[in-house]
Amino acid sequence: MLRPLRDMFKPEDHPRLLVGLEVSDDAAIYQITDETAVIQTVDFFPPVVDDPYDYGAVAAANAMSDVYAMGGEVALVLNIAGFPPQVPKEMIGEVLRGAGEKVREAGAVVAGGHTVEIAEPLYGMAVMGLVHPQRVLTKAAAHPGDVLLLTKPLGVGMVTTALKGDVADPAHVAEAVASMKRLNRLASQLVQRAGGIAACTDITGFGLLGHGYEMAEKSGVQLRFRFSRLPFVAGAIQYANDWLFPAGTCRNEACYRPKTTFEGVEEEMQMLLFTPETSGGLLVAAPPDRAKALLARFAEEGQDVWAIGEVAEGAGIVVEA
Amino acid sequence: MATIVDARGLSCPQPVILARNAIKAARFPIEVMVDSVTSRENVRRMAEKQGVQVVVQQSGDGFKLVLSR
Repeated sequence: MLRPLRDMFKPEDHPRLLVGLEVSDDAAIYQITDETAVIQTVDFFPPVVDDPYDYGAVAAANAMSDVYAMGGEVALVLNIAGFPPQVPKEMIGEVLRGAGEKVREAGAVVAGGHTVEIAEPLYGMAVMGLVHPQRVLTKAAAHPGDVLLLTKPLGVGMVTTALKGDVADPAHVAEAVASMKRLNRLASQLVQRAGGIAACTDITGFGLLGHGYEMAEKSGVQLRFRFSRLPFVAGAIQYANDWLFPAGTCRNEACYRPKTTFEGVEEEMQMLLFTPETSGGLLVAAPPDRAKALLARFAEEGQDVWAIGEVAEGAGIVVEA
Repeated sequence: MATIVDARGLSCPQPVILARNAIKAARFPIEVMVDSVTSRENVRRMAEKQGVQVVVQQSGDGFKLVLSR
């Protein structure tokens, strides 16, 4: 799909573009000075939850997450919105308020945006962040022996799909929404402060296996996950056992099953790992000593983290029981 | 008389939920109409997990899944 653009924009013509053309990552990075690079990203999607305030907050946390996945801080946000004409102004206001409060929590500012009339609601953001050019966290820096850390539980996509089907337990929805609204900011800052760690991505639409595979491919390594160590939000396993997978699960499965080896993992649980996530956590690869220090720092700060596997020589993904 | 579940025009998880409800009611055979490969595969795999026999037929622009026990 992107091939015409790759032919049009050659990396050698754009030396300030550190990440974007050859090495696609969570966001594009453009160097301004020796000390400063801009992180640019855009993300939007239809409502994943019923409450307009929560929808805005989740969309904001999700859009800003790409900046955190690259190790930066969010500076400036522009809204991108489309709503059908019959949606009340107050409801749109609630979406913007939910998003705005997340941006304020991020220490950034919403400076405007653009809204159009469309058939189905759509909301998201164009986000600008800043990072030191030498401190960019990319997917391409995982090494054999590294420990894999994950900073949010998986499975929110199962809960939002069950919600869409009107079969979700409200308690499950509340937990999933809280998880999706949580910023990856503190997790990113803790990874940056630990220094020396460079492989990081966030888990969103391609699910754990898709985003994990991108890290494996770009780093030239194999990622090995332990299913028994993976954290899930309440309800995710139950909805997977009921086979309540969204269409996105099948799309991801078609893409990433050929890259994945399962060892003693039930079919439903395999599908669960192919399921798209929304505003998921950071997946970090760190050498064992630094991973240990990170786990301690995360615990001190009250930030969730799980050690879910390791990096090995080879290629692709292995999920062990 | 077959139970008819028309899930055409619906996206996942609705076809799975409708087919699952019909399986729970256990009035076999059940004919599930879907209009996408994704829905067909999701319903087929869910039903087979329940120990239900599934025969898939092309039906117009979509598919008919005949579920029997």
